Amino acid sequence: MNRSITAVRPRRTFAARFVRTPVAVAGAAIVGAYLLAAVTAPALAPHDPLSMASQALLAPPGGPYPFGTDQFGRDQLSRLLYGARVSLIVSVASVVLALAGGGAVGVVSGHYGGRIDGALMRVMDVIFAFPAVLLAIAIMAAAGTAVWTVIVAIGVVYTPQFARISRASVLATRTLEYVEAAGALGAGTRRVLLRHILPNISAPLIVQTSLSLSLAILTESALSFLGLGTQPPTPSWGNMLADSRRFMATAPWTAVFPGATIAMIVLGFNLLGDGLRDLLDPRLRI
Amino acid sequence: MTGFIATRLLTMLPVLWGVSIVVFLLIHLIPGDALQLFLGTQVALTSAQMEELRRLFGLNKPLPLQYIDWIGQIARGDFGVSLRTSRPVLTDILARFPVSVELTFLALIVALAIALPVGVFSALRRGTASDAAVRVGGLIGLSIPNFWLATMLLLFLPGRVLPIASIGIYVRFFSHPIANLTVMVLPAFSLGVVLAAVIMRFVRSSLLEVLGQDYVRTARAKGLRERWVINRHALRNALIPVITVIGFQAGYLLGGTVVIEDVFALPGMGRLALNAIAQRDYPVVQGVVLIIALLFVLSNIVVDVLYAYVDPRVRYG
Repeated sequence: MNRSITAVRPRRTFAARFVRTPVAVAGAAIVGAYLLAAVTAPALAPHDPLSMASQALLAPPGGPYPFGTDQFGRDQLSRLLYGARVSLIVSVASVVLALAGGGAVGVVSGHYGGRIDGALMRVMDVIFAFPAVLLAIAIMAAAGTAVWTVIVAIGVVYTPQFARISRASVLATRTLEYVEAAGALGAGTRRVLLRHILPNISAPLIVQTSLSLSLAILTESALSFLGLGTQPPTPSWGNMLADSRRFMATAPWTAVFPGATIAMIVLGFNLLGDGLRDLLDPRLRI
Repeated sequence: MTGFIATRLLTMLPVLWGVSIVVFLLIHLIPGDALQLFLGTQVALTSAQMEELRRLFGLNKPLPLQYIDWIGQIARGDFGVSLRTSRPVLTDILARFPVSVELTFLALIVALAIALPVGVFSALRRGTASDAAVRVGGLIGLSIPNFWLATMLLLFLPGRVLPIASIGIYVRFFSHPIANLTVMVLPAFSLGVVLAAVIMRFVRSSLLEVLGQDYVRTARAKGLRERWVINRHALRNALIPVITVIGFQAGYLLGGTVVIEDVFALPGMGRLALNAIAQRDYPVVQGVVLIIALLFVLSNIVVDVLYAYVDPRVRYG
């Protein structure tokens, strides 16, 4: 009975289709678990991430330290949990910056065209002409290492992708009849852009956001690994890996766990991005 | 074709100009006195001496004029002098240049050697368990930080599994190819794996798209052997867009060399830049960033030209 009813429904809701996409669900589960761990870090962490136990320097995993300790006797699990806060805040904030900045640039560029378009897109081309990690390194070297400079550096680096995607989508959308109809009905530019164009270009932006988050995590870790990102003693996955370089021969767990932690969340964002792309962009479904 | 190349080069000029402005501003917009920055904190001078030095270095001029001075020097191949070693920056960069370029190319070779066969394999077995395994493997490859992969290889591979020199003394390829490759194989692999995953995913979807085309059906219908259809009809066209992906990923490779050189202690441009950053040796940082950005822009032009070469529609479209 129920089956025949669902069979004739023309279209499932987005949520219903989402839960039937294993890739997206797996990605969302990983990302969700990390977010939960970051939020509840104080409750979950067995130790203070900064407290040093002189009797347990570079202690192997086991007993009170499930993931072992570092060279100062700090609990690795607790540091990884607190590191999730730093890494996720920096990555999310920088991608939000890139999405807002790039999205605005792309929408303005695509909608107005002409000289504004030319000028804005040339600026994006210039940012795009630098290898991402290198530009982030250069910005950090010039601006100094603080949390907000990391956010700005990564945000700037990933802005052009969002600008290009939203510009292309606006160009594809703005000549559609319903947008012209809205204009003919007297809707102002602002209303047309925000109410009619933006919702229709959101799909590619959502996909790009998820994929950019994975790149932002990797970039933040690389910067911290090189000593240019999050500064000690604040734990971040990247600077934990950097610390481990001197001790990994005798204490491999100091290198294994932070890297695996990074790889897992990046995998989560990649799975989520892939799944969302399959769901939201039928053209790319192969 | 010559016209196409000329057009591409001309359209890159404004971008290169923008790149030079960004590199110039990166150093000159640093908060604080540029001169004090160059002198470091150890040197204390009277304000008269500071004024004299400022005049000497042209730092008392307005910023646009300083830029013109600077870009004029760059155009003449004068990248300034290292603040620490007093050697010309360009000499130091050129000495490190071959290492980074070799690492980039080796990583690309590693990536293609993995991605092409695996991507084709996966596409031809679409929907099977081995295809699923390859896709999951691709996503995992995409997610592993290259510097962590490098660390893990160093930690668990050498001496135990493979007799590969882990961190060896770098030898130039042309003076001792075997010794050179022994040192470079792990760095190239660490850098290439992510790229392999990206290209592999692309080869797979591109080949699947082509296999659905009419001319492939026609080729099969006229009784060609499947092997011939794949190699001569499908793959040739499927691989064309892959060139574009490699162009996009050139930035990943060039940026990645900085991190990988640091892990493996390779004397490349990236490590030069990182050391310079640590020592606040800004002319060197500026020079390396400019040269690598230039390489990236050039590699994109090469990719565009290659693309136009294999796909005539780009030239005339």
